[in-house]
Amino acid sequence: MGADPRLAVDVALDLGALRLRASFQTSSRRIAIVGPSGAGKSTVLRILAGLEPDARGRIAFSGERWLDRDARLFVPPYLRRIGWVPQDPRLFPHRSVLDNLRFAGASYTDASALAAQLGVEGLLTRRPRHLSGGEAQRVALARALLARPRLLLLDEPFSALDATRRRDVSARIKDTVAASELTLVLVTHDEREVASLAEEVYAMSEGQLAP
Amino acid sequence: MIGDAVWLSAGVAFWATVAATPFAVATGWLLARRSFFGKTLLSTIVYAPLVLPPVITGFVLLKLLGRRGVIGGWLADAGIAIPFTFTGAVIAAVVVGFPLFVAIVRHAFEAVDRRHDEVAATLGLAPWRVFSRVTLPLAFPGILAGAVLAFARALGEFGATIVLAGNIEGETRTIPMAVYTLLESPTGEAAAWRLVGVSLGLSLAAMLGYELLVRRHRKLLELDHGR
Repeated sequence: MGADPRLAVDVALDLGALRLRASFQTSSRRIAIVGPSGAGKSTVLRILAGLEPDARGRIAFSGERWLDRDARLFVPPYLRRIGWVPQDPRLFPHRSVLDNLRFAGASYTDASALAAQLGVEGLLTRRPRHLSGGEAQRVALARALLARPRLLLLDEPFSALDATRRRDVSARIKDTVAASELTLVLVTHDEREVASLAEEVYAMSEGQLAP
Repeated sequence: MIGDAVWLSAGVAFWATVAATPFAVATGWLLARRSFFGKTLLSTIVYAPLVLPPVITGFVLLKLLGRRGVIGGWLADAGIAIPFTFTGAVIAAVVVGFPLFVAIVRHAFEAVDRRHDEVAATLGLAPWRVFSRVTLPLAFPGILAGAVLAFARALGEFGATIVLAGNIEGETRTIPMAVYTLLESPTGEAAAWRLVGVSLGLSLAAMLGYELLVRRHRKLLELDHGR
């Protein structure tokens, strides 16, 4: 372990009745957050992505401060170089699959190569509304990866995939993390996903995440 | 007189729609997407002409823009006259149609799922690029529907126009003014009927266009799944 942890998080957010608090430091590059639904796992990802401006506390990633409320520091999502794949893939409905993949400026070659690796190369000219749930999920993952993120936030990424696809896509993510500087934070309630992808696991319940 | 009135109405409505569009888009977006101090006051003022008698709106505009008005005096010094001109008719049409335009644009922006914006931001797009590449294209058919309705409303504007712009042939005598004038003359009814026909046709065409655009917007946003 180096001097500074890769990811240092100490945040809090009030969500109506639930008071969310997450505090951990890690130098692992493959992290999973597990716990029952409603525990606040997805919200932790949103806070890491910078999508919850009311979150208090501190976040530092790879030597950069992203959030420090006391110092009035907040780095907006578009400057964090992250990839966020929410449970509901949310492809841009006014663009084709290829345009979705190239949204962050990826070349056609890169986009079609990754599409082939994820088994969606035959869908490039389609509109998102004509995709199945599993196809849309893979396109959303490819779109996030093509933006070349340093931190990849995956929220139940395999929920709509069948067992074979699940293994393929999971292997693909593992390869990508191994071959680059990418750090992965995975939210799931599936133990197989945790076993295959994560080095370090944090449990979350009723809004509390602690090592 | 009939042809003049139709063309004049179309011209007033066109320029009123063009002039109102940037303001309607900005105001509709603000009301749909931002919370700020004075938001309720802003929407109250913007929507007021919807329920205010148009004659009253015209009177307020005349007091503001007339030669002795707060803004009008200043404009008069600069050599710009608003009352009883084509520009005056356009301004009356803008103000009276504005609430309708803003309401539809606001609804169009509200219908766009914010999670699209969020995903775009995580993909590295700065806020104005999120707006131009995601929010605006997804709201576009709804904005166009608002413009069509604002155009149709402007074609028929009477109350505020007659107070601010008067009823000057070839300058401010739009379709409703012309019908009003013709009905005052004992021999005008036949001509008035023809304008009524034109007016009905234009209104129905505009409403049809509005409906088609709204349907297209719903389809774009996938709000009609399984239909």
